[in-house]
Amino acid sequence: MELSREKLLWMYERMRLIRDFEDRIAGLFAAGELPGFLHFYAGEEAVAVGVCAHLNPDDFITSTHRGHGHCIAKGVDVNQMMAELYGRATGACKGKGGSMHIADVDKGMLGANGIVGGGAPLAAGAGLTAKYNKRGQVAVCFFGDGANNQGAFHEAANLAAIWKLPVIFVCENNGYAEATPVNYATSVQDIAARASAYNIPGLVVDGQDVFAVYEAAGEAVRRARAGEGPTLLECKTYRYYGHFSGDPGGYRSEEEINEAKRRDCLERFKRQVLDRGLLTQAELDEIDRRSKEAIEQAVAFAKSSPLPSPEEVTTDVYVRYP
Amino acid sequence: MATTVATRQILYGQAINEALRQEMRRDPTVVVMGEDVAGGATRDDQGMGDAWGGPFGLTKGLLAEFGRERVLDTPISEMGFIGAAVGAAATGMRPVADLMFVDFLGSALDQVMNQAAKLRYMFGGKAKVPMTIMTAIGAGLNAASQHSQVLYSFFVHLPGLKVVAPSDAYTAKGLMAAAIRDDDPVIVCNHKALFSVKGDCPEEEYVLPLGQARLLREGKDVTLIGMSRMAMVCRDAARMLEKDGINAEVVDVLSLSPLDEDTILRSVGKTRRVVIVDESHPRCNMATDIAALIADKGFDLLDAPIKRVTGPHAPVPFSPVLESAYIPSAERVAATARELLD
Repeated sequence: MELSREKLLWMYERMRLIRDFEDRIAGLFAAGELPGFLHFYAGEEAVAVGVCAHLNPDDFITSTHRGHGHCIAKGVDVNQMMAELYGRATGACKGKGGSMHIADVDKGMLGANGIVGGGAPLAAGAGLTAKYNKRGQVAVCFFGDGANNQGAFHEAANLAAIWKLPVIFVCENNGYAEATPVNYATSVQDIAARASAYNIPGLVVDGQDVFAVYEAAGEAVRRARAGEGPTLLECKTYRYYGHFSGDPGGYRSEEEINEAKRRDCLERFKRQVLDRGLLTQAELDEIDRRSKEAIEQAVAFAKSSPLPSPEEVTTDVYVRYP
Repeated sequence: MATTVATRQILYGQAINEALRQEMRRDPTVVVMGEDVAGGATRDDQGMGDAWGGPFGLTKGLLAEFGRERVLDTPISEMGFIGAAVGAAATGMRPVADLMFVDFLGSALDQVMNQAAKLRYMFGGKAKVPMTIMTAIGAGLNAASQHSQVLYSFFVHLPGLKVVAPSDAYTAKGLMAAAIRDDDPVIVCNHKALFSVKGDCPEEEYVLPLGQARLLREGKDVTLIGMSRMAMVCRDAARMLEKDGINAEVVDVLSLSPLDEDTILRSVGKTRRVVIVDESHPRCNMATDIAALIADKGFDLLDAPIKRVTGPHAPVPFSPVLESAYIPSAERVAATARELLD
């Protein structure tokens, strides 16, 4: 699989940005600076990046409550994301959505979603539009192992299958739906096996290997663009943080978390590209440096941004009312 | 009606936990089911069972006492497990289904609206659905629009359902127990901003009857009617009004369906002015329902128009500064009451 240097640099830069963003806001939340609830994507970067590496600005993605990684992979501005978490008027959603609802529809990011499985029918709908437009656009539905047991997912998958919609269903199986292990809640060992129930291809992918994700997603996106219909990719991955900021934990062991960290997607990427002489340490270090800088700029931008004015409570409810 | 006996102070969440424990001990057909009502499923032998006890800890410790046959962690499948609770209730069990956030009602609505609410009626009285749905409602934790709704009006609107909204630890324990013992489907709406509030609560077993409101405060100048967290906001508003020499009576609705019309009308008859405070959106909410009741059956009692203080006609915003502007405040309630007396 040949990847251009440009693409490799982009992949590392995006994964690094996601990791740094999540680690930074985890600290800010612990320090009491961020209101509400956050759901960290740290550990899962390879999935969002490996998939979005194939997407154009006019392709669509739907996301989950754990949406920061999808946002960054799809090119949402981190300043606007940070400002949104701080509830500022300059936030991606003017401070009205918060972490679980960050969106940038112009960039094809149809929003993080607070309802588990809520994005699946939306992705089918975006697929319908894509099919109607006949420009080869695709829609990616990111969802978790928890959502795979929601009726909305089943209906969306079946719909996409019968209408041959250009949708790629990407299941981020991180082993847990909140505090409940997937082997309890799900009747099959591999969620990809459920694809056969919809008569669509299903693949299990190492979600901690961005190259594995890239390869599997490439074929799924190709199929979709060619009008061959949907695919289900099950990316086995792991989240380093708890379900949410403030998760009391107690349902998984330290050993398990450390074991997952030994397969860290960023470290594996670095080893692979360095071993094969594809990128240099200096280039990677530069990306690390710029990423930290970008995050600090985002924090500074957010903190110096104005708060929304109370009148905004009742704006944007409708396009026009009455 | 309000208890004046000083007892121990516990958190609202603990009161719910006690009621569940009490009812599960009393009746072996009571089971609890929902997402992470225990947590750590399949890992009990590693000491990870009951890792959560629900995201707010309401069901913590029940697993240890009652086991996984009666405390059931479910997948994220609201239509599935809430529907299963309906089916189990109709066939002899007395389930308590935990709808983690009322905002998730959408995923389960058919089973509540068309099944739980209607089985008895459609079958000519030959079925009963003695189930309880407990659910977290309300804004105030910056949880944004899909985790902050109130929505009790949806339930109240449906014939066949009963709905209660406790406002403190004492009413939480008593109404939760009543809901479980009730042979009809009861929705217990627990405001998430009340979970961290401590209140007097007797240790012994007790049940508060459905269909009864309570007076939080007696007064003569104006009636403030509130429900759920807003009952406490009304109490705070009454304290503010006292400083201006205005003596407000506070009615805590508690039981939304059936509704205690007598207590409401009796209070309006006494004060002749009423402000109804409801965190819901303004259209078709509880405040509107109660206002229509008063306008209909209490028209001659009134010396001023009925006032409602509610959330705005908008989803709940995330930013704390916007969310605070959204939720009816004691200041706004007091100001509205003062206008009635000008």
